[in-house]
Amino acid sequence: MKRFVLAAAFAALSYPALAANTDAGKYQVVLGDCEGCHGKNLAGGVVLETPFGKMVAPNITPDKETGIGNYTAQDFRLAMKRGVAPGGRRLYPAMPYPSYAHMSDGDVAALWDYLRTVKPVKNSVNVNQLRFPYNLRVLMRGWNFLFFRPVPIADKTKSAEWNRGAYLVNGPAHCGACHAPKNAFGGDKGQLTGATLQGWFAPDLTNEPNAGLGSWSPADIVEYLETGRNAHSLASGPMAEAVENSTSRMTDADLISIAVYLKDLPPSKGNGGAATGIDAQMKAGAHAYDITCAACHGRDGKGSALFPPLAGNAAVRQVRADTVVRMVLAGGKAVATQKAPTGPGMPSFGWRLSDERVANILTYVRNNWGNQAPAVSPETVRRIRSALHSG
Amino acid sequence: MARTLPKKDAVIIGLGWTGSILAQQLTDAGLNVVAIERGPWRDTSTDFNIAYMQDELRYAIRKDLFLKPSVEAMTMRNTAAQTALPMRDYGSFLPGDGVGGAGVHWNGHTWRFWDSDFSIKTHLTQRYGAAKIKNLQLQDWGVTWNEIEHSFDAFEYLCGVSGKAGNLKGQIQPGGNPFESPRTREYPNPPMKMPYASTLFAEKMQGLGFHPFPLPSSNLSQAYVNPLGVRMGQCSYCGFCERFACGNYSKASAQTTILPVLMKKPNFELRTECEVLKINLTPDGKMAKSVTYLGADGVEYEQPGEMVLICAYGLMNVRLMLLSKIGAQYDPVTGQGTVGRNYCYQTSAGARLMFEGKHFNPFIGAGSLGQTIDDFNGDAFDHSKLNFVGGAGISCTVTNGRPISNRPTMPGSPRWGKGWKQATVEGYNNTMGFGSQGSSYPVRENYLDLDPTYTDRHGRPLLRITFDFPDNDVAMSNYLSDQLEKMTKPFNAKFAAVARLKKGWNSVPYQSTHNTGGAIMGNDPKTSAVNKYLQSWDVPNVFVIGASAFAHNAGMNPTGTVGALAFWAAQAITSQYIKSPGALVHA
Repeated sequence: MKRFVLAAAFAALSYPALAANTDAGKYQVVLGDCEGCHGKNLAGGVVLETPFGKMVAPNITPDKETGIGNYTAQDFRLAMKRGVAPGGRRLYPAMPYPSYAHMSDGDVAALWDYLRTVKPVKNSVNVNQLRFPYNLRVLMRGWNFLFFRPVPIADKTKSAEWNRGAYLVNGPAHCGACHAPKNAFGGDKGQLTGATLQGWFAPDLTNEPNAGLGSWSPADIVEYLETGRNAHSLASGPMAEAVENSTSRMTDADLISIAVYLKDLPPSKGNGGAATGIDAQMKAGAHAYDITCAACHGRDGKGSALFPPLAGNAAVRQVRADTVVRMVLAGGKAVATQKAPTGPGMPSFGWRLSDERVANILTYVRNNWGNQAPAVSPETVRRIRSALHSG
Repeated sequence: MARTLPKKDAVIIGLGWTGSILAQQLTDAGLNVVAIERGPWRDTSTDFNIAYMQDELRYAIRKDLFLKPSVEAMTMRNTAAQTALPMRDYGSFLPGDGVGGAGVHWNGHTWRFWDSDFSIKTHLTQRYGAAKIKNLQLQDWGVTWNEIEHSFDAFEYLCGVSGKAGNLKGQIQPGGNPFESPRTREYPNPPMKMPYASTLFAEKMQGLGFHPFPLPSSNLSQAYVNPLGVRMGQCSYCGFCERFACGNYSKASAQTTILPVLMKKPNFELRTECEVLKINLTPDGKMAKSVTYLGADGVEYEQPGEMVLICAYGLMNVRLMLLSKIGAQYDPVTGQGTVGRNYCYQTSAGARLMFEGKHFNPFIGAGSLGQTIDDFNGDAFDHSKLNFVGGAGISCTVTNGRPISNRPTMPGSPRWGKGWKQATVEGYNNTMGFGSQGSSYPVRENYLDLDPTYTDRHGRPLLRITFDFPDNDVAMSNYLSDQLEKMTKPFNAKFAAVARLKKGWNSVPYQSTHNTGGAIMGNDPKTSAVNKYLQSWDVPNVFVIGASAFAHNAGMNPTGTVGALAFWAAQAITSQYIKSPGALVHA
């Protein structure tokens, strides 16, 4: 009886501390966008398309059979920061442990405390649906040896905001998972200069003026991450999910830190500049744009309070046109956040525009109103169309 | 045996304009709300694709967005001496279907009824004496202008209405409608840009001494962010409003103004493709306890609720009340009973003018684009020497130049072949029109009840409409046609024709989807089905919201007033009813 009372007293005493830590841990779920892959209830099941086959995010609720109920804090820390699950099983870097490796032990511990409080859900997930030989987890040992090189990111010569931003961008928020180009083995090469994944092109986030964020002010970046939209662009596709689950729920201070850090990224080489020899495409594109696109985006490409501008829109000016081709062919729904709840949609035009017409329109859009970017060929449109059909 | 579900604070039947407004306001007040909608989920980017929304055949001719008679038909007759027959196709009016309801395919005319409408009996009796209206069943609505003005304001700001105030707090404003009742502030957006036909109409009307003003429009003149933070686009004047959904986010609807916020709320749930069969009452018939509905899975469910809000199309509100025995059926012989009373419609006529050498470019259109004069509307003009009361707004709107429906030709032109094609080419850009949209006043003989013979697919009796244009309204409309005739003169058109309304309502040709009354609001439970807060006199945890509550129909489109009544009822529920459930008015 006495022991019971003691235990109860201990529980009462420790509760506020635990609550504070689970709140902090809940915020780590936001920072890490855990829901983006593991689902709203964290029970897994979201499919990731990778060049190596399909992966399905596992159940990370405390269910003992199908989740991580049998993990210890140490198991969890190793999985997060080393990519090694209990029993030495190697994780794939679709779980962005190369980024999470930068996380502080305190943040990982807070996340662990929180995950232990979420509702256990029984949901068995077939995680590894990769093609041979990628389905052999043991290969990851070699991959880690070659590509997993967490280097310190702190820089004492920079401000506290910069350092916090660097921590968030490279650590929990794992921006590089989408925005950093990958080598043939899926390892990051270089900085956040933009990359193709899942049929989208995640834009250049460096301070480059044409394709990057050079023309965005820090306030523009904060507004975009907080609401999903700003005067230059509107989030859709995978970024819409990242904004909805993650950045729109970050604190103002963290968003400002991210903006400070991104604005300090050395400019990329850009997108190669304006296309040349495209007079015929520009002429045909202008005509098709006026009758197909101008009602919403404006003949001046400036958009409106609802529809995003195309003039000066970084998403339009990326070196690869995958995102905009995809938007025209398949349409897409913009993010809806508390502060910008509308979530307007771009309808699908794929059924009525030929590959050539889409290429003309986008070449025109990418090289008009001050935009400069490589031309889009009908072959590119055809490739993306067939990928959409087979996907 | 229906499967019983966990109880909700409020069960909303139908998620159109009124259901969405009520759901938004009640969830804001913290209530757990479920909306049960018979039709499908529909949203702008997925269902109103701008790339194919202008399919006139699919939407305007084959009526893709409308209620199908196989789902719910109605029977009609002109007089009680006749046997009503079912309408095999909706023609005279076109009820909506699915999320957003008729608010998806409306044109966007967003009027406020007048001070003198809400107190119509008092007003007309004071001005002309009781004898003048003795053949009409006119009655006051119970709510006064000062009480409801802010609800109109709330609806206009929700929708982003484009217009020009004519009466700001009693000060007449140049360029606006001088006959409107005082409003507290300007419209949220400036008027739309006017097409040539409407501009010409305004010039000529001004020349005749009338007072033209831009028609208040829920097609937006500019991009707008409404008080809920929802963004809308600028109208592109594409001319595909009526019978179409807007693919451009620029016509106000539940989808473009409320649903982005409402659908994300944890205390709101929507069940689509679920048809409410009836509202279940307690054994004493004094309280609603649940609704029974047929789910999309074919299973019958019982959804209990603390209150039930009937927010379907007005005619269907009345039918659901009758099927559920909420209130007593109105009897036109004895005048007893309230449900089905004061069914009204709209009384319209029009003028068509044809010219040579004009360029009206009717393809530059929008549902609610045009100029209006209200000099002959309501009681804006003296009726003491006239044999009727009521009136009509006269509008020159340019809604469309669509290729299938809009092919005006000069009378006497060939009806087919090369000659017809030539006449079409000549007529298309040389034709304009303006029309009177007149009031519809209640008479004892016009009413709604359940059909004794015909049933729906679930075996429930159909609604029966007994309606003809009352003598008063025919006299009014013909007087308006006389005025239209005079108004055509200064145009010096090559050809002008004015239609004249005759008795004998025909349910086949399209006339207007402005069916009102049947569950009217008022101060007296003997002559109204709901009180001034749209609460059932008989079953106080039931509110019936929509044009069904109109005690008469005025010479303007009803949606503005429907929206205002929804905000008005929501306010009564959230500020009074929740705190102290029960009858809000004691008769």
